[in-house]
Amino acid sequence: MPVPTAYYLILAAMLFSIGIAAFLIKRNVITIFISIELMLNAVNLTFVAFAHMWHQVSGQIFVFFVMVVAAAEAAVGLAIIISIYRTRQTLNVDELNLMKS
Amino acid sequence: MNPMPATYLWLIPLLPFAGFLINGTLGRRLPRAVVGAVALLFTAAPAALVAWLLTTMCSAGAPNTIESVIRPFGHEWIAISGFHADFAFTVDHLTLIMLGVVTGVGFLIHIYSVGYMAHEEGYWRFFAYLNLFMFFMSVLVLASNFLLLFVGWEGVGLCSYLLIGFYFKKTSAANAGKKAFIVNRIGDFGFLLAMFLLIVHFGTLSFSQIFATITDHPEWQQQGAHFLPAICLLLVLGAAGKSAQIPLYIWLPDAMEGPTPVSALIHAATMVTAGVYMVARCHVLFNSSPLALTVVAIIGAATAIFAASIGMVQHDIKRVLAYSTISQLGYMFMACGVGAYAAGIFHLLTHAFFKALLFLAAGSVIHALSGEQDMRKMGGMRTRTPITFWCMSAGVFAIAGIPPFAGFFSKDEILYQTFTSNNPLHIVLWLAGLLTAGMTSFYMFRLWFKTFFGEPCVEHHTNAHHSVHESSWVMLLPLAILAILSVVGGWIGIPAALFGSNRIEHFLDPVFANPAATEAVASATGHGLELVLAAISVLTAALGFYIAYVFYYEKPGTAAALAERNSRVYAVAKNKYWVDEFYRAFLITPMLMFTRGILELVVDNGIVDGSGAAADATTRGLAWIERKQISGNIRSYAGWLAIGAAAVIAVMIFGNSLWGHL
Repeated sequence: MPVPTAYYLILAAMLFSIGIAAFLIKRNVITIFISIELMLNAVNLTFVAFAHMWHQVSGQIFVFFVMVVAAAEAAVGLAIIISIYRTRQTLNVDELNLMKS
Repeated sequence: MNPMPATYLWLIPLLPFAGFLINGTLGRRLPRAVVGAVALLFTAAPAALVAWLLTTMCSAGAPNTIESVIRPFGHEWIAISGFHADFAFTVDHLTLIMLGVVTGVGFLIHIYSVGYMAHEEGYWRFFAYLNLFMFFMSVLVLASNFLLLFVGWEGVGLCSYLLIGFYFKKTSAANAGKKAFIVNRIGDFGFLLAMFLLIVHFGTLSFSQIFATITDHPEWQQQGAHFLPAICLLLVLGAAGKSAQIPLYIWLPDAMEGPTPVSALIHAATMVTAGVYMVARCHVLFNSSPLALTVVAIIGAATAIFAASIGMVQHDIKRVLAYSTISQLGYMFMACGVGAYAAGIFHLLTHAFFKALLFLAAGSVIHALSGEQDMRKMGGMRTRTPITFWCMSAGVFAIAGIPPFAGFFSKDEILYQTFTSNNPLHIVLWLAGLLTAGMTSFYMFRLWFKTFFGEPCVEHHTNAHHSVHESSWVMLLPLAILAILSVVGGWIGIPAALFGSNRIEHFLDPVFANPAATEAVASATGHGLELVLAAISVLTAALGFYIAYVFYYEKPGTAAALAERNSRVYAVAKNKYWVDEFYRAFLITPMLMFTRGILELVVDNGIVDGSGAAADATTRGLAWIERKQISGNIRSYAGWLAIGAAAVIAVMIFGNSLWGHL
């Protein structure tokens, strides 16, 4: 007996919520970055679940896209984080408030 | 016929305009001699053209009118859905006389100005304005439709404003300019309404088309009975503004703040006669409305006598002349009002000569006394400025109506025409005219005696930097020419009763085209009546002279004693009947209260500024809310992002069930 699609969706929703919560609560930029990855993968999970449910391959293709983009984003994001650390000697987002109006 | 004049007609206004452009743009950098030469050249050339035109038009077989339509690149001036107006000039005999006055007297006054303004600042500015005035005045008299006439009309008003306020650093001069402009605006309002009515009823503004419609179709007289009087009365309002008639005359005495040549050219000889010209030009319209004609006659007679009574007690030499101008313009209006247009134009012509002369001579006296205008501080100028004295005398005798000077013939013609007209008020009008003639004679000889006779005022020229001196020849030459014209100018209109042929009226016959009427009256009453009337008016003038002689020469104290005894009456005339004060109290003050109380406080401060302030406050408030979110705290941004996303999802899930039922 296969696992119902709803289970996957609930798991994805839980992962996404944990991602959001971490994103909002955590102060360290790297933790926030990880929580973004968590949210992306939660979305990927829903894509795969629906692709399986509807027997359509397009959902899986989208997952590959998301993965590629996430990889690129991680590369760029980590580079930014490193340069921030070099200039500010901190990764606490609350202290990175130069844009405050 | 001769096509040449029509081809070059446009040069008459355009040459002074070229002079204005040259002096107006480059004049500041040019030496005074060049500025003066340019101004003179560009007014002498049109005068020569007009003289040439005059000889062509007077030659046998010449057409009665010359038309010239100016269409640059073949375009009409205005063509909007059935309404057409062309930049078109027409010359007929009436225009010729006006052109002669404008360019001829204008040129003489330009010569005079070269001497008079020699030491003034803004020399180039003065001549630029003066040339611009010549341009607009030529357009005014040449125009072949109401619209083009209005262009000239407004243009001369502008030049009048600029030149009255020529000494703009003086507050009184600047205010006088504004007053002239605003009072004229009231008249122009009437003129504009009249033009709108003409467009509505005739579909055109062309003189020839409108007048042809009325004369060729007698039934129009009945049809037009409900709007022609309105049109005429509105035109009279316009004319009263420009020609300083009751109730809009108040600007002219103040206009004397301008330089004296300006007073002579604009406020005596040419611009102020534009109203008379306009009424004469529209004589077809006015003839179809007896009501309007009577109004014109009454306004004219009332203004004549009213202004003369004020002029009798003024002390400023130029103000006396200003009130005299108003009074003489009233004469011309009265002539037009009784249908004697030719007599009115005749008086316009002679008045242009002698009044320009009087102003220029007064300017010469003022110049000699280094700017003194009060007659009480003058006296004995006869020996100091002899040439000015003789010229001035010609002008004084002319305006007083002493034969054979110019003013006698024109004034007498008006009085005679008034007396014999079929207007029901003709005797009253004639008496008013006669009384005015006496008063005119009195105040002009009063001026003459006070200025030129008696003891010279010692106190003055010891204080003055320059000694009292006769003016230079550039100023005396125009005076001499105008003096000659003031003597002989009337001879073109010697009536048949005095063995003349009244050439001026026959000259104008093609325009006014009712010679039969005047001939009939003349033959019916014979020359006896005319001679008696002439004798009466000469006696009146002589009486005025005698009173002035007694008061101001023989027993100089008499006038002051008389004024003392009748101090109330004297004060009324001295204070100009408090008309300015009346206008201030009943028109200007309420209007200022309205503008300050309603327009300024409610509309401007409340609505206009208020809506701006409200928009400002709204934007500020929204911006304040917005600013609170730009905290610089990344996690707060993320929070807002999450809330936004949640809101979108909530709408997507629940929105349908919520709003779907509405």
